[in-house]
Amino acid sequence: MPHLTLDKVTVHYDGQPAPAVERVSLDVGKGDFVVLVGRSGCGKTSLLNVAAGLVEPARGRATIGGRPITAPGPDRAVVFQNDALFPWLTARENVAFTLRLRGVPADRRARRADELLKLVKLDNAGDKRIWELSGGMRQRVGLARALAAEPEFLLLDEPLGALDALTRERMQTTLLDLWTAAQVGVLMVTHGIEEALVLATRIVVLAPGPGHVVRTFETHFGRRYAAGEPIRAIKADPAFAAARADLTDAIFEGEAA
Amino acid sequence: MSVGSYTERPTAEAGEKDGLSVPWSRPRPKRTGVSARPISALTLLALLAAWTVSAELQLVSPVFLPSPAAVWTKLVVVARDGFVDATLTQHVAASLWRVFAALIAAIGVGVPVGLAIGISKVGRGVFDPLLEFLRPIPPLAYLPLIVIWFGIGEPSKVLVIAIAMLAPVALSTAAGVRGVSRERIDAARSLGATRGQVVRHVVLPSALPSILTGLRIALGAGWSTLVAAELVAATRGLGFMIQSAAQFLVTDVVVMGILVIATIAFALEFVIRRIERALVPWAGRE
Ligand SMILES: Nc1ncnc2c1ncn2[C@@H]1O[C@H](COP(=O)(O)OP(=O)(O)OP(=O)(O)O)[C@@H](O)[C@H]1O
Ligand SMILES: [Mg+2]
Repeated sequence: MPHLTLDKVTVHYDGQPAPAVERVSLDVGKGDFVVLVGRSGCGKTSLLNVAAGLVEPARGRATIGGRPITAPGPDRAVVFQNDALFPWLTARENVAFTLRLRGVPADRRARRADELLKLVKLDNAGDKRIWELSGGMRQRVGLARALAAEPEFLLLDEPLGALDALTRERMQTTLLDLWTAAQVGVLMVTHGIEEALVLATRIVVLAPGPGHVVRTFETHFGRRYAAGEPIRAIKADPAFAAARADLTDAIFEGEAA
Repeated sequence: MSVGSYTERPTAEAGEKDGLSVPWSRPRPKRTGVSARPISALTLLALLAAWTVSAELQLVSPVFLPSPAAVWTKLVVVARDGFVDATLTQHVAASLWRVFAALIAAIGVGVPVGLAIGISKVGRGVFDPLLEFLRPIPPLAYLPLIVIWFGIGEPSKVLVIAIAMLAPVALSTAAGVRGVSRERIDAARSLGATRGQVVRHVVLPSALPSILTGLRIALGAGWSTLVAAELVAATRGLGFMIQSAAQFLVTDVVVMGILVIATIAFALEFVIRRIERALVPWAGRE
């Protein structure tokens, strides 16, 4: 099974006095759902971009299946903080974008796009223009577009950040469903403590100055949902509340340091 | 009303009565919007009226300012019988042909140049100074040089107009390219797009609204250059018609020609806005 690995990665942007991230190691296996949390500016996006191949580490290595990551590729599809959809295309064409790049015939890619739209519960939105969609729908189109690349890993940068609380909760289960169905490894950034707990198999807590890992939690709530337990029951579990307290402590500990 | 009610403000009128802008005054209904269009129409009508009156009262000699009626009559006559060996339709067709040939040439050169400026440092280094050099030069200044180089034929006329159109097309394209969002390009790259595919599938469509704005500006520049272009050895064209008329002090034809150019330019502007709405409906809605 291929792993996406960051090994003691340091990110230092040109012209900056100090590195943004220093010696961070991460490992995402294919069935993992790794969530990065930490306050604004601690380098979450930077790490995700290193994994995506969009930012080159100053030191350390980023590898996928043992091969060094040198450029972005469809094996690591990214969903950005702002959905970054293409407004000149319909929802279906957005989803089919990567297939079009590969020269897949129009009818086949439309069919595949419709399947993916169905997977993210947007069955009837294929012909809609991007600006006709709500924020939650746009994020789902973004997810479907990333899945169309049949990636081994999904890199998600606060994919639910712009959504209202209710939509957000619904999208969390959608994410878990996709993760189970698509058999991918996920590396995701979020600001939501509860969101991290609901989704993750592992939570990596980062702290700034320069960004570094303060703690790593192995969690299992996401797997419990995948195994069929209702999300409400999971959140009502005292173990969830305890984990939440631990995680909150770790984040604030990191801030105090 | 109770005795103590004097402390309560009569909500409806308080704002007016005590002259203060106070929080307890009710939000007034918005004034019904005055839209710009009727005002523009009124302005035009007023202008036309002033023109008619001054011509009617013979405030100025008709050689300086022919009456609207005379101009209209001239339009009908020239449309039917022609002026300097060509009908109005032929003059219009000749000018339209030149402007559009120039526009196509300007797009063919300007869009790739703009892309190069927006995408690569080398492109910017090469083309930016050239455009900045070219942009402020009035067409009448480079017209003689072009005639010396390319003769007095049709290509020279088209070239003069095209040069005037080049800078707006290229610079708008470059601005559009530079405005493409980083995330959109990264998204395409992570979906497997090569550099060429990013340009074709992301950069160009993202820049399209800006390119179309450039075309609109270019058309304006083209019409302003038309008269200069038709200075040399033209036998047809609106600019040529106006100049010939001016030489013989046929002022009504001059005014008529100006109005015809204005009308065509206005109509084209309208068409381009329509095209914009059809082609880039997402502009301003992201
Ligand atoms: N392109 C860049 N050039 C220079 N500095 C950058 C760049 N991108 C990020 N930084 C800096 O690196 C640090 C980490 O930024 P990063 O975007 O990775 O943080 P983040 O954890 O994703 O923050 P947020 O939660 O606000 O999204 C910040 O101090 C930021 O100013
Ligand atoms: Mg970020």
